[in-house]
Amino acid sequence: MRYRIAFWNILLKDIRSYYLKPPNISWGIVFPLAWAGMFFVRSGTGIESVESLLPGLVSLSILFGTTSVLAVTVTFEKRGRSFERLLLAPIPLELLMLAKTSGAILFGVMNAFVPILLASLIIDLSISSWGLFLPVVLLIAMTSTFLGLFIAVSVSEVFEAQTFSNFVRFPMIFLCGLFFPIAALPSFLQPLSYALPLTYGVDVLHDVFGGASTLPLLLDFGVLGAYCAALFALSLRNVRRRWIL
Amino acid sequence: MLCPLARSTIAAMQVAAAEAHSRERAIEVENLVKRFGDITAVDGISLSVPAGEVFGLLGPNGAGKTTTINILTGLARPLAGEVRVGGIDCSRHLKAAQHLMGVVPDESNLYPELTGFQNLCFCGALYGMTRAARERRAHELLERFDLAGAAQRKFAGYSRGMKRRLTIAAGIMHQPPILFLDEPTTGIDVASARQVRQLIGEMNRAGTTVFLTTHYIEEAERLCRRVAFIVSGRIVREDTVKNLMRQVGGTHIVQFTVSKATPDMAGSLSAAFAATRFEMTSDTQFRAISTEPIRVGTLVVFMEQNGLAVSEAREIHPSLEDVFVQVTGLAAQEMKREKERTGGGGGP
Repeated sequence: MRYRIAFWNILLKDIRSYYLKPPNISWGIVFPLAWAGMFFVRSGTGIESVESLLPGLVSLSILFGTTSVLAVTVTFEKRGRSFERLLLAPIPLELLMLAKTSGAILFGVMNAFVPILLASLIIDLSISSWGLFLPVVLLIAMTSTFLGLFIAVSVSEVFEAQTFSNFVRFPMIFLCGLFFPIAALPSFLQPLSYALPLTYGVDVLHDVFGGASTLPLLLDFGVLGAYCAALFALSLRNVRRRWIL
Repeated sequence: MLCPLARSTIAAMQVAAAEAHSRERAIEVENLVKRFGDITAVDGISLSVPAGEVFGLLGPNGAGKTTTINILTGLARPLAGEVRVGGIDCSRHLKAAQHLMGVVPDESNLYPELTGFQNLCFCGALYGMTRAARERRAHELLERFDLAGAAQRKFAGYSRGMKRRLTIAAGIMHQPPILFLDEPTTGIDVASARQVRQLIGEMNRAGTTVFLTTHYIEEAERLCRRVAFIVSGRIVREDTVKNLMRQVGGTHIVQFTVSKATPDMAGSLSAAFAATRFEMTSDTQFRAISTEPIRVGTLVVFMEQNGLAVSEAREIHPSLEDVFVQVTGLAAQEMKREKERTGGGGGP
């Protein structure tokens, strides 16, 4: 009961204070749509190609919607010392960090539906395998959030968190099979693609939107799950080592 | 192997023992050591604070006050030593101990985007208070801290004094039996500082154990029953304020205000009046300190004859500051000025 109250109030405060604010909307919604538009125009294909853009668009919406906000909810609060209040509260660090990241995960999941809704306005879109779509969207949101968390707790300044996020996020656009297949990449870059978690999420999304996944789905989910656990554990370790001096 | 009943009985006895212990000693620290690289910030500190006491940790900037408070509250890990708060071993059960603590950091670190009322409610929620309980308590504290009129204003728009008062209110939202205050009046105006001191006194009278750090020695003298002087990470003296004051009980101090106080003048006075010590406190003031009654007239005549205009001679009653200077060899005024340069400040 005590922990539940603390958890919900941390989550609600973050949602009220940080989510749905202009910078978050621009990174999480406008930016991925602009990218998608660019690829759409560049491809020169008709409206029927929209569905093939959806795996990349959904992934980008989640990735940019989640990672950008952690720099504020965590690094900014640490810089302003209000994060100390949370560290002083009688709640386990694991629960505290889950509360701090749950908003980003929720925002990421909601972001995934923005391109879906927009696409459904212009094409006859039907998702046949919700059983695959929902879990993979959730896992991509969790992995991206914990990646953002890992960066946020590894730096001291908000601008550092944003800069390092971009170092990771922008290469993912090209390396993870979002808009063109990994097989089309130069062979020396392909191992890097398979080292990035988004590759596995996008692979499942290709399957969902009528394309072909190149890896076994079980492997995709397994790798995403492993990345989630590892990034969360490393983030906790960094908080303990760097912030509780 | 113990049966479950025996185990639960032993556990209950342990909790009861810890509670009884906490009634006697709210905070216990043994041989605390903390290093940052080559710098030893806390060097073997041991202290014990009985429940219901106001205890002050006094020292200059960089003496180790904030590091000590951070270790006691769980924001820093000691290299060695033991900390027990409310009888609970913080190295093993930090979160249980944190439930007994209220912490007011040296900076007002509430959430700028939330209103005063929302900030208090949020802090209450962190300690598991129900919505009804935290709203009731928030209203009560806003009234008590004279902030009811600003309850719906964002924290970012508060004045320094208001921010400080709300930060203290946030620290006691969950009615902790032990309150840690790090430099509670630094950076606020005189009226707000007085109000904060009154509130600390009220909380203590209501049964709260208060552990505070301050560089305002007069503040500690007014608020604390017991103090420890900390210098370079070590406690150089710890005693009740009453006992410490006895140390300077037989000392006579007269403060002179003159046209221009110079070290040469202090030197010539020392040569002429060997039984008296002379200390410059500013460009126009110095103090004559002696264990014998000071003959003010003789001193004034001497100074006037040496071309120094004396505008005032005032007897000063020895204070904790004098004990601090005696024990640590540090100039208390300089310490205060240094802190005010770096942190601003109202002070006592």
